Amino acid sequence: MISAAEALKDFQKITPKNIPLVEPFSKGHRACQGCGEVLALRLVAKAVGMDMIAVSATGCMEIISSPYPQTAWEVPWIHVAFENAAAVASGVEASRKALIRKGRIKDDGAKVVAFAGDGGTADIGIQALSGALERGHDFTYVCLDNEAYMNTGIQRSSSTPYGAMTTTSPPGPKSRGQMTWKKNMPMIAAAHNIPYVATASPAWHIDLMNKVKKAVTVPGPAYVHIYSPCPTGWRCGPEVSIETARKVVQSRVFPLYEVIDGRFVLSRDIKKPIPVKEYLDTQRRFRHLGEKDIAYIQKRVDDDWARLLSLVQATNPVAAE
Amino acid sequence: MGRRVGLEVSLACAEAVKLCNADVIAAYPITPQTHIVEHLAELVAEGHLDAEFVPVESEHSAMSACVGSAAAGARTFTSTSSQGLALMHEILFITSSLRLPIVMAVANRSLSAPISIWNDHSDIMAERDIGWVQTFAENGQEVLDLMIHAFKVGEDPRVNLPVAVNMDGFILTHVIEPMVMPDQAEVDAYLPPYKPSQWLNPAQPISLGMVGVPEVYTEAKKANLVALEDSYPAIVEHWEGFAKAFGRSYQPIESHRTDGADTLFVTMGSLGETCMSAVDQMREDGRSVGQVRIRLWRPFPVDDFLAAIKGAKNLIVLDRALCPGILAGPVATELRALLYAKGVRPFVANFVAGLGGRDVTRTDFVAMLDKAEQAAADGQEITCQMVGVKE
Repeated sequence: MISAAEALKDFQKITPKNIPLVEPFSKGHRACQGCGEVLALRLVAKAVGMDMIAVSATGCMEIISSPYPQTAWEVPWIHVAFENAAAVASGVEASRKALIRKGRIKDDGAKVVAFAGDGGTADIGIQALSGALERGHDFTYVCLDNEAYMNTGIQRSSSTPYGAMTTTSPPGPKSRGQMTWKKNMPMIAAAHNIPYVATASPAWHIDLMNKVKKAVTVPGPAYVHIYSPCPTGWRCGPEVSIETARKVVQSRVFPLYEVIDGRFVLSRDIKKPIPVKEYLDTQRRFRHLGEKDIAYIQKRVDDDWARLLSLVQATNPVAAE
Repeated sequence: MGRRVGLEVSLACAEAVKLCNADVIAAYPITPQTHIVEHLAELVAEGHLDAEFVPVESEHSAMSACVGSAAAGARTFTSTSSQGLALMHEILFITSSLRLPIVMAVANRSLSAPISIWNDHSDIMAERDIGWVQTFAENGQEVLDLMIHAFKVGEDPRVNLPVAVNMDGFILTHVIEPMVMPDQAEVDAYLPPYKPSQWLNPAQPISLGMVGVPEVYTEAKKANLVALEDSYPAIVEHWEGFAKAFGRSYQPIESHRTDGADTLFVTMGSLGETCMSAVDQMREDGRSVGQVRIRLWRPFPVDDFLAAIKGAKNLIVLDRALCPGILAGPVATELRALLYAKGVRPFVANFVAGLGGRDVTRTDFVAMLDKAEQAAADGQEITCQMVGVKE
């Protein structure tokens, strides 16, 4: 199998001038106003194109897109259960591989893309995901991370950030809300030594689409983790969805980067970060936090950023000199 | 017409999958299923079977990968046992609801706790309501034949359902038996390549696994129910076709020396052959006894069963699993309900035997007949009576 770098040698970038006009994921779905997740999904679908075979985990995007007899999917789409999108995608990929080899279907170059939320990825689906990444199936896994179980009514997941209020991590005299640090799924995916891992935010839509396009271009498994604002669950206005998606990056809370054949590349080097407080203030899920909490978050965000930079340096020896 | 071989039944099961030219096999190892998937992995590695072998990380993912595979149009096989089948539970219902003709060999094994790798029917009896076609094999030849039949039935456009072929773990899977291995050409003629009517095809997009709101959910479930009921004629037809093609004939319910018998044993799986030999012995001893074997468990062949037990005064229903909290095993519970509804009222004695690999011998069958006849004469109930339990 060729490396990701090799596969991306002649990569044709998406630019504001050639944004794909296709809409594999159509309008008319039932997502909330200001949903950053459905916007991200639409951008992913545009970047992949009409030759996508989509596999959805149970979750917001699944229920808002497929109330029988209506569907928002203009491409083949399958939903089976919550925790198994990666396993189902494995099966689809293996099936196509066998049928193409045996001459029973033509090689139409279709791309298998699995979608799941943060719960379906970092919690209940992590085993199936790890298995599929390890086995090396040629597919792309997209985690649309809205940082809690939004479909069931805003319960905490392992991807919920520290301090966030959810219905199962309510702040009170004995709690600051979510008491654990957000699980680092992109790093867990990268630890599988797969060809391509990326993080993206819908506030940088061209960057997001290019990463998805790269993910489906490289042979073997690829993982794209997309920060997906949820105004309903984060207690913010639908109009600040994109602002939130921008500030999370500008504050270094959610860095944008790629891991190409194990090489870490910063997509945006945030030289002058805004204070994390400015990001936290966009959402009422953090409003109970005091100065001490915010200082703690700032410190950990700074540490995580430094660790990421060290990985960039360690895996780019030439650039470091 | 085929060749006579001596083969371990697990390997015969794998050879059947090869003869059926499966495109995708997704499986996770569990005793006593392992020899089946090991042999398939070997057949793929040696190039004898052109298939994708997906060594998944759990049975849950095995069945999930099978769903993806079948939905994308491939002939798909998996195999499991016991805890593995239990782990698949969630996906088994979805598989039949999505109408995907996956074939699964279940090497039947008990459920924990206590952990036991040995045979009974606890695993599959907990999955009675998954909406799959379910058959039970009695011997190695049947395993081989039922596997080929399973693909034929499942992929019939009138059926489009997953099929589980049950074979007793160890007792069947790990014994070497003489059997007739069909030729590839014979199987090819019986089972042409799978041609799904629709699949995950970018040229003709479909949405599979959509949300069922209350206005449509009931209708969707009704459709599933009808699909399984309506699979019966195809199942029988393909057994008839099998008999023509391979010269071995199978019925949904098999009878052994039932003519004029007052008492009939009702068995499923490999216990049937022990019972058969016990019945022969008892007949020689002048006992009025016969035997009915359930080969097709889902959809349950009601009319065949009623015809097979017609005239019998007593039934001895053997269960190899428990239904805690209601004093009868799963098979007896169902048969009693069925008989009641049909107005047929033989005396039904229910024994639970062979749990977790406990041997059931010919002597046990004689003792069961003695007890049942006595209880019938005394008007006493026998239900969920555990054979050989040390109390």
